Amino acid sequence: MLTIKNYVRAQSLEEAYALNQSRRSKILGGMLWLKMSDLRLQTAIDLCDLGLDTIEETDECFSIGCMTSLRSLEKHEGLNAYTGGAVRAAVRDIVGVQFRNCATVGGSLFGRFGFSDVLTVLLSMDCLVELYPEGLVSLKEFAAMKRNNSILVRLVIRKTPGKFSYQAMRAQKTDFPVLTCAASCVAGEYRVVLGARPMKAMVLRDEQGILKQGICEESAKAFADFATSVTPTGSNIRGSAAYRTHLVRVLTRRALQELGG
Amino acid sequence: MEIELKLNGKTVTDHIEADTVLLDFVRAHGCLSVKRGCETANCGLCTVLLDGVPVLSCSTLAARANGRSVTTLEGLQEEAADFVGFIADQGAEQCGFCNPGFVMNTIALLRENPDPTDDEIRQYLAGNLCRCSGYEGQLRGIRNYLNSRGARHEV
Repeated sequence: MLTIKNYVRAQSLEEAYALNQSRRSKILGGMLWLKMSDLRLQTAIDLCDLGLDTIEETDECFSIGCMTSLRSLEKHEGLNAYTGGAVRAAVRDIVGVQFRNCATVGGSLFGRFGFSDVLTVLLSMDCLVELYPEGLVSLKEFAAMKRNNSILVRLVIRKTPGKFSYQAMRAQKTDFPVLTCAASCVAGEYRVVLGARPMKAMVLRDEQGILKQGICEESAKAFADFATSVTPTGSNIRGSAAYRTHLVRVLTRRALQELGG
Repeated sequence: MEIELKLNGKTVTDHIEADTVLLDFVRAHGCLSVKRGCETANCGLCTVLLDGVPVLSCSTLAARANGRSVTTLEGLQEEAADFVGFIADQGAEQCGFCNPGFVMNTIALLRENPDPTDDEIRQYLAGNLCRCSGYEGQLRGIRNYLNSRGARHEV
């Protein structure tokens, strides 16, 4: 059971960062995962007073504060126009509306969870995260970093011209996914991201040129075969490694065909 | 620590522990419609409106609601009365334990989207679990209510 001795609404990132240097402090996200832990926190640090709960859209990018809810991502017209609805597709089956109103972008990314729909779809895009105090790093680099006491301040999605699609398999709607798959073509480069393997999402690029002539039924199938051969999968209560490997082939093909129109 | 918030329109001030969740806070202040269910943020029984937005009170710190407005079913009797009879007419309640959460989230749905399709209703209420019914009774009840208002008709 989670216990918290002190609750502090930080009034600046400096204050939050200083408080977060103790081993028994944590930054609060949506509290959904943290609440189920057995941690005994001395200080819970809330960033809710820092105005980090909005999506700002410019000609170049979307700047998304870490306290922005997943529901806000789902409803943001500009973001869903840019991604062709891929972001909405990725988050719409995460439990329910109430859950997504609580869950935050920062919490979803900072955890770098193996089951994450959010990390999967965002890794298919041209994304950066702003860390305090380090500054901007690519999302891919961040996903590979070990957890530290930095603060994930915001997510930046560059509006690099591209197309996106998203697929996931769930044993039951609103449950954790058994496998997630995002496909994209950003600035002419194809990417397929596979998550919930049940390990952290991994990015595949078309290094063999399988898709260089574009996406058709054959090339999508060939890339799906390639993805199946190089993607490690594991077993948990939601599915076996063999089932996930089967899903890698199916969802990769579907995601690419959707991308190809 | 001390917090002050609006609970169903009334200002409430209280001393709480830092880890008090909103569910316990509102129940301690007489709002017993808010139920403790799964406590894993999955069932929707504990749904309240925080500044008008449906959230899971089992996973929201009461401290986070400081200075904000919290609404439970106790504060929405009139708005709920419009459609709960239609749900009851379908026998959709059965044990009734999930009903306050369903009603709260239905209110949030209809405020956000006054004329939802059946798929939109299913999608919005996906985070409210009912172990008695197959959800069709609730859907029929909401649909009948919408039809009675002259909204779109779906089978």
